[in-house]
Amino acid sequence: MRMLTFAIRNTKEILRDPLTVIFGLGFPLILILLLSAIQASIPVQLFEITRLAPGIVVFGLSFMTLFSATLISKDRKSSFLQRLYTTPMTAMDFVLGYALPIIPFAVAQSFICYTVAVLLGLEISVSILTAILFIVPISLLYVALGLLFGSILTDKQVGGICGALLTNLSAWLSGIWFDLKLVGGAFEDIAHMLPFVHAVEMEREIIAGNIAGIFPHLWWVLGYAALTTTIAVLLFLRQMKKQ
Amino acid sequence: MQAIKIQGLTKKYKDITAVDDLSLSIESGELFSLLGVNGAGKTTTIKMLCGLIQPTDGDAFLMGHSLRSDSAIVKSIIAVSPQETAVAHGLTVKENLELMCGVHGLGADKKKERMSQLTELLGIKDVLQRKAGKLSGGWQRRLSIAMALISEPEILFLDEPTLGLDVIARSELWSVISSLKGKVTTVLTTHYMQEAEALSDRIGIMKDGRLLLTGTADDIKRMAATDNFEEAFIRIVKGEIK
Repeated sequence: MRMLTFAIRNTKEILRDPLTVIFGLGFPLILILLLSAIQASIPVQLFEITRLAPGIVVFGLSFMTLFSATLISKDRKSSFLQRLYTTPMTAMDFVLGYALPIIPFAVAQSFICYTVAVLLGLEISVSILTAILFIVPISLLYVALGLLFGSILTDKQVGGICGALLTNLSAWLSGIWFDLKLVGGAFEDIAHMLPFVHAVEMEREIIAGNIAGIFPHLWWVLGYAALTTTIAVLLFLRQMKKQ
Repeated sequence: MQAIKIQGLTKKYKDITAVDDLSLSIESGELFSLLGVNGAGKTTTIKMLCGLIQPTDGDAFLMGHSLRSDSAIVKSIIAVSPQETAVAHGLTVKENLELMCGVHGLGADKKKERMSQLTELLGIKDVLQRKAGKLSGGWQRRLSIAMALISEPEILFLDEPTLGLDVIARSELWSVISSLKGKVTTVLTTHYMQEAEALSDRIGIMKDGRLLLTGTADDIKRMAATDNFEEAFIRIVKGEIK
């Protein structure tokens, strides 16, 4: 009950922030439309809608990290969290209350992006629903990153680290904008040791109808999600104690 | 009956002692003010009593419950209005109050009753539908106190409740705080001498983490041999009065 009350509050705070609509929905849609327009003029295999849409959907999730990290850091700054720490709420109420509202946002965002992709030529199939379903494990990773950054950074730092650094890293190292093989070497090796490219490849395999192709990408995503969640919870508890 | 009994409460950060061997008793229904210059240890004391930070040494008993061993019970009988307003800016005033009702597990009937009582007490009926983040500092402070009172706490901590308010808003908030006297045990920290003198049943003056003395405003003025409370405070803090 306490967790649910807190989660509802967090949902309202996020939905009422105009940045949610602008970055969470507007930006990914603009990218799909823009890159599809480029693709129509200068065809590039990477920007075919079957490869572009899954990439943009995963890229859009980096904004979920920004939303949750911003909310947590603002709650720390305003002492709102301090007030709640003096109530009977438990650590689990806080962690789940911050994490749970983000997952429906992530699913809704991917649903809208894939719907626009259908309008741009993506074939309607059950694979789209499967791809939306597999957004859940990927979003866990981004939710955990939000909890992690929100626990250690100020709201201004969150803007820089999550708004600029994370979105760029997850874009460059995911193979959305360019084929990682074109760069090759250490860059490609590093990219494959991080979860972003695996999240994108997993979605692409599903959209291509190759459900068996989600492995080993799913393990990478789940492994990083579990690791990041553990670190995030520990850091959240640490800042709770530091109050 | 003693609402708060503090025994040798100490907080050390590496080589800095923020609160040093504090012992103090506060009676039920009393409004007790902690005064001191910056860094005196007022906020650290309040944070320890709220369970936000662990004491290095000593203990405190709130309505007989140990801060160290009964922290869950202590959390259910206290409430705090922090130095910052600590409201949810994106929610309306009503939603903020409803949030605190949910956090404290109040049932539907109790929630309705408390919301109605506090709306009346704090005079916030006209702003119930306004977003908290759009309110002036004075209204945010009122909301902050209403949020703290929603659970009918036995002990209320007000950390600098009128900080940054204009003279009218401060005076209005004083009326609200005065109306709590006798009903809720209140521990208040403030930098405003006039506020402490006007509101408090008793006052404690802290310096460098130590409690220098406690007494009524009149006691303190008598000890400092002056009719002016601010002057008395200055003399005591400067060590002119032993």
